[in-house]
Amino acid sequence: METGTVSRGKSAARMAKQNGTKSILRQPVLLVAVILTILLLLLFVVYPLAKVLIFSLTDADGGFSLENLISIITTSRYLKVFGRTMLLGLIVAVLATFIGYIFAYTVTRTNVPMKGFLKLIATLPILSPPFVLSLSVIFLFGKQGLITKGIFGITDNDVYGMLSLIVVQTMSFFPIAYLTLSGILESIDASVEDAACNMGANRWKTFWTVTLPLSLPGIISGALLVFIQSLEDFSNPATIGGSYTTLSIEVYNIITGTYDMRKGSVLAILLLVPALTAFLLNKYWVNKKSFVTVTGKPTQARKMINEPHIKWPLFIFCILVAAVILLFYGTVIYGSFVKTWGVDFSLTLEQYQRALRFGLDSLWTSMILAVISAIIGGLLGMIIAYITAKRNYYGKRFIEVSSVLMFALPGTVLGISYILGFNTPPLLLTGTGLILVIVFVFRNMPVAIESGTTTLLQIDNSIEEASTILGADSGYSFRRITLPLLRNSFFSGIVYSFTKAITAVSAVIFLVSPSWTLITSKIYGLFDLAKFGQAAAFVTMMIVILLVFIGIFNRLIQWLLAPRSRVPSLKSRSEGVK
Amino acid sequence: MSQNVKSEFSKKSSSVVLENITKIFQQPETGKDFVAVNHINLTINDGEMVTLLGPSGCGKTTTLRMISGFEYPTEGKLMIGGRDVAKVPPNKRGISMVFQSYALFPHMNIWENVAYGLRVAKVGKEELIRRTEAALELMQLKGLESRFPNQLSGGQQQRVALARAVIIEPSVLLFDEPLSNLDAKLRESMRDELRALQKRLGITSLYVTHDQSEAMAISDRVVIMKDGNIMQQGSPTEIYEQPNCRFVAQFIGKANFIEGELKGRDGEAALVEVDGSIIAVPRPGAMPGLNIGDKCCIVVRPESVELSEEEGPLSGVVKRATYYGAKIEYEIERNGQSIIVENYNPQLTKRFEEGDLVSMKLISQCLRVLA
Repeated sequence: METGTVSRGKSAARMAKQNGTKSILRQPVLLVAVILTILLLLLFVVYPLAKVLIFSLTDADGGFSLENLISIITTSRYLKVFGRTMLLGLIVAVLATFIGYIFAYTVTRTNVPMKGFLKLIATLPILSPPFVLSLSVIFLFGKQGLITKGIFGITDNDVYGMLSLIVVQTMSFFPIAYLTLSGILESIDASVEDAACNMGANRWKTFWTVTLPLSLPGIISGALLVFIQSLEDFSNPATIGGSYTTLSIEVYNIITGTYDMRKGSVLAILLLVPALTAFLLNKYWVNKKSFVTVTGKPTQARKMINEPHIKWPLFIFCILVAAVILLFYGTVIYGSFVKTWGVDFSLTLEQYQRALRFGLDSLWTSMILAVISAIIGGLLGMIIAYITAKRNYYGKRFIEVSSVLMFALPGTVLGISYILGFNTPPLLLTGTGLILVIVFVFRNMPVAIESGTTTLLQIDNSIEEASTILGADSGYSFRRITLPLLRNSFFSGIVYSFTKAITAVSAVIFLVSPSWTLITSKIYGLFDLAKFGQAAAFVTMMIVILLVFIGIFNRLIQWLLAPRSRVPSLKSRSEGVK
Repeated sequence: MSQNVKSEFSKKSSSVVLENITKIFQQPETGKDFVAVNHINLTINDGEMVTLLGPSGCGKTTTLRMISGFEYPTEGKLMIGGRDVAKVPPNKRGISMVFQSYALFPHMNIWENVAYGLRVAKVGKEELIRRTEAALELMQLKGLESRFPNQLSGGQQQRVALARAVIIEPSVLLFDEPLSNLDAKLRESMRDELRALQKRLGITSLYVTHDQSEAMAISDRVVIMKDGNIMQQGSPTEIYEQPNCRFVAQFIGKANFIEGELKGRDGEAALVEVDGSIIAVPRPGAMPGLNIGDKCCIVVRPESVELSEEEGPLSGVVKRATYYGAKIEYEIERNGQSIIVENYNPQLTKRFEEGDLVSMKLISQCLRVLA
């Protein structure tokens, strides 16, 4: 029975694919779009990745060799680095998911006050520029630390290392777990929990027997996503990890220190394998396991937990986490206005003046490249969503998989693959601004694609057919029907791309060049020089830029999306009738 | 007025001819072909309203989609207005379609929805406004111009879909089950409105539905399809009164089949032996493929039976009596076969109870004989 349905489903799918391929062949605009997309993905996703793989599996003469691989995995130093990276990832995944779950549960299940504030706090770090948390850890706990030195009088505290990394990464990444989990908790039908209560289970029992098991896919998913983030994190281990070297730092050190691209490639592969595994596990296994069914029926409003012994402990926990986050951000902002941290706390704009003298040009470069790449990525993302969402043809799967692949790659792997792929003519792109734009476009596009695809799947096929039958060709239909309906996804894709581009570190740290320096690499440089005040000034400026940009963009979206009547005015209408 | 409206919206109306049209979907896995439409021939004359009627999977929607151009025939010739459109994409066929879901553009107001086809055609501003206003007026949508589709009722949305479809002066108008999303009352009034409009504009129309009463009410000609084949086509009267096979008889309205043997002819009439007694059927129909001595059946519509207590050759027991107000429906069991009988005006006739022994008198003028 089951195999019967499967095979019938398969042949129907293949039938649809053949018909789809034929219909694509009949539409020249679409055909060109499909071919161009495939070429772009081959060139900027598949090719550089293949290059890393080949590089790591060949010797200097270009012959196949496992020598590099074996020499690396038998070197105890690299094994140790690998082990450390995994360990850090696991610890952070557990802690961040725990905090994320408590936040999500508190917000979705109890009627604590200040929910808006809690939600804001739990999403803020996602939009945050890099370096903020490590900078504030240094400000608070370093040699000149406000807490270590100021309160306890310790002057030789070594703030760099595993503990700081755990704190900083947990705080940075728990919002990812929170967003996943609040989505899952929100979508569990209230009546399921009511049913458990109805049968006599108390809150505790209901939580353990119904809520927690139902949210398990979300917990695993959140943990996997945090794990990936921790693995690929560059900015935190680079600034606060000290001797606790992780894989991405090791790759960076090898490539910038010894230029040993082969060794770098092998290490990159070592980083890629667990990250990709976690990504695939999440995408294809956890998501399928999800118990949540969206019926579309309006269900009864959830009755929020009001028992003081449940809600207040949860609330206090959340407020404490929020306080820590605010303290961290506040410290950095304060630090940017102080003359010399730990020595002279007099307020001054000196740090900003110096910072701007040192890196105003990179700030501009970052912003301009981010805007350009966000717009290109948004458009390309919509096109890819359009050509993949509702059609089926040979090559579609390739487009889907390869466009999402970039999202799964650790930034460091991406960086090294682009150096390898584009450092020789005719594809000599290293050292240009173009390579940065390309990296941003392809790395940040998957979010736009995802959002566009979701929107398109909700649009009935016949809407496009209606446009066609009224005489429009596929280009016209795309411009006048599909694109306007995609506006929301387009703009959210742009906001995401812009934010990610301007805050990117790991993917671009190898790709910046003297003439194309990004603000993040400048800030990283300031850490090396221990000019934390200037770094704080830059980070604060980035926070402002991001807030302003997102604010302006939201306004713009609202203005653009507001339905406008295009009925000609009465005057012109009556003229028309005459 | 009528002349005026016609010239405004259907100058280009034209006929549709399907010659030997076949659509085969391939199933490479099994190597089998699925024949969705099987060598059908169909002509829709200029200004005619033809309905494709049949159960789901009969090929009616595939046929419609081939005419619209969203599917291409595997075989056969498709002509619109005398032009072979085999290689013409949907947007160049000059036809229009009303969709089951209406498919209104959610981001455009009513005015823009209606004007869309003219904008595509890059019609000049003055003409655009004039024709859009005319279409809005025609469909009684004045005053709703600046609303958005989600702010309209189902019936209003339907009107917008129609206005949008007729504004481009299509040579053919296709309807894909356009009334199936409306509730029963509204469906009937929209159905009549739609038919009146089609007659007024004189647009060649093809209407797809699985609702037989809708098909009967709306069409000049009904085409009954089954498994990719056309079973019968004709006016609603012909289809109901002269079905050419049991499927059609059963699909349009209700039909009882009383099995017997064709014994002979008496002029026009056919003599059918049922359980040893001869029933004379004065207008048996064409009786395709029937020879004397063959097994056959008498087609009896439920309303063509009169029940009485008197003894008669056809008797049975009442198994079920359902009261509908306008009629009572009886299920009579006779020799293990159920016969449905409808008795209109139940207030005027004798009512029977479950278990009553009744005899059935067939109104012989209304009987047909089929193989």
